[in-house]
Amino acid sequence: MPRHHEIEAAFARALLSEVAEPPPGVTSHSSPHPVRRFGVYRNNVAASLIRVLEGRYRVVERLVGEEFFRATARIFIEQHPPRSPALVDYGGAFAEFLSSFAPAAPTPYLVDVARLEWLEHVAYHAADAVPIGRDALGAIAPDHVAATRLRLHPSLGLIRSDYPVFSIWRTNVEDEEVMPVSLGTGEAVMIVRPRFDVEVRKLPAGTHAFLAALEDGQTLAEAATAAMADHAAFNLASALAGVIGVGAVVGYH
Amino acid sequence: MVEHPRVAATIPARAGVGFKPEHAVDILSGDAAGVAWFEVHPENYCGAGGRPHDTLEKIRARFPISLHGVGLSIGGAGDLDRHHLQRLKALVSRYEPGLFSEHLAWSSHEGAYLNDLLPLPYTKETLARVVDHIDEVQETVGRRMLLENPSTYVRFESSEMDEIDFIAEIVRRSGCGLLLDVNNVFVSASNHAFAPEDYIDRFPVEHVGEIHLAGHAESVDEVGAPLLVDAHDRPVIARVWDLYVRAIRRAGAVPTLIEWDNDIPEWPVLAAEAARAEALIAARRTNHAASP
Repeated sequence: MPRHHEIEAAFARALLSEVAEPPPGVTSHSSPHPVRRFGVYRNNVAASLIRVLEGRYRVVERLVGEEFFRATARIFIEQHPPRSPALVDYGGAFAEFLSSFAPAAPTPYLVDVARLEWLEHVAYHAADAVPIGRDALGAIAPDHVAATRLRLHPSLGLIRSDYPVFSIWRTNVEDEEVMPVSLGTGEAVMIVRPRFDVEVRKLPAGTHAFLAALEDGQTLAEAATAAMADHAAFNLASALAGVIGVGAVVGYH
Repeated sequence: MVEHPRVAATIPARAGVGFKPEHAVDILSGDAAGVAWFEVHPENYCGAGGRPHDTLEKIRARFPISLHGVGLSIGGAGDLDRHHLQRLKALVSRYEPGLFSEHLAWSSHEGAYLNDLLPLPYTKETLARVVDHIDEVQETVGRRMLLENPSTYVRFESSEMDEIDFIAEIVRRSGCGLLLDVNNVFVSASNHAFAPEDYIDRFPVEHVGEIHLAGHAESVDEVGAPLLVDAHDRPVIARVWDLYVRAIRRAGAVPTLIEWDNDIPEWPVLAAEAARAEALIAARRTNHAASP
């Protein structure tokens, strides 16, 4: 008699196999070879996980079309099934998968759009924290400002792309008719959820380097230096006002 | 985080529904339409913060809730996912659910989570495995759980026991309670050609702490035999309501939940399904009081 583990292993293999065949030992009252009945399980597994990915990668799906997306998602699911019932964590490897998925090669910006959408998803579920107000930094003594370190919101995500990833994302999310986007210039993006709604903002030049340095635990002076190395005209005061204004800063020390 | 003063945790012997975020505004604006409690899948609350938890806190402040797990793989051959079990423990401690339940099914194999409630053969070996898993859940989470009877589409040649005997023996060995899903009974009965009334009549109702009702989809297999799918995407059918009346005639008035997870209707449609269950529970109480 086959043991529990072997029965389960055969069942799991048949669920994910390309061939729609029930595993040995699985039967029904009406037919000893219940392809359709077993097919209910096969369909549940694939369709439910494809739905999860569709919910997380709406812009990617709009860019490539539903049919292409679902076929791609199915291959991703076979190669990277979820490792936990907490599906909130599922799908983060999709951008990396797309970067080496040959059929997606003609649209190389897809990878960064997928990264952006994943960071939106992560931000939506991130830990709560209360942003500081625009005037909070005024409480710091002027000679301490340079050595101050900012605590950024736990939901904060940053992307720097060789493609206009924000413009592509924005027109697909906000415009009824997708506007043409020139692929000439790269864009940097900040994703943050100050309270309940996720904000996606295009970053001015230098600000990505500034935020990345702050995220790394550097002081305001060090982060400003990094930002100016990236973009000589970086303006610390307006960058600070911007990131505090959107709610990306939750404290300082 | 805002601390909400809460109503008591105990789930009353009344009608509840599976909570969907789409209905939060209707429910929280005061139009719960007599729905007495709500059930959620803990797997949908595994994030750290944000709107899902904020909404669930508000629901919990006003209503008792039940946590109904779909991902523990209690019927699996492998060990339970200890990390997930700890998450469930944390959610139970955070939300203080009145009931905590899981399924007689498996969903993970060698670390891969398949996101469906999959069937297992009923053997001495699988029985011992399920009982060990339930022991571990009840010890870790620190409370008694309810185990739900499955809806199944195939059967195993290796099964040695009938489903009800299997379930009754699990209860005897583990001390868990039961969640009787009446729609699952109907779906399985149609799929395996047995009488659902017999199943209801034989079910160990003295251990039932909750009943589920839902809609299902109808199809046929390759030889034209009925193939019902537990879709949770439409109203409860008349025959399932009849089976429900038969079940509460035996089990008494127990907390009863309407599950509607796909093609989710407007709130009043779902609330009307709950009201129907509520009326049947009330009738059961009255009849019981009137009988000698």
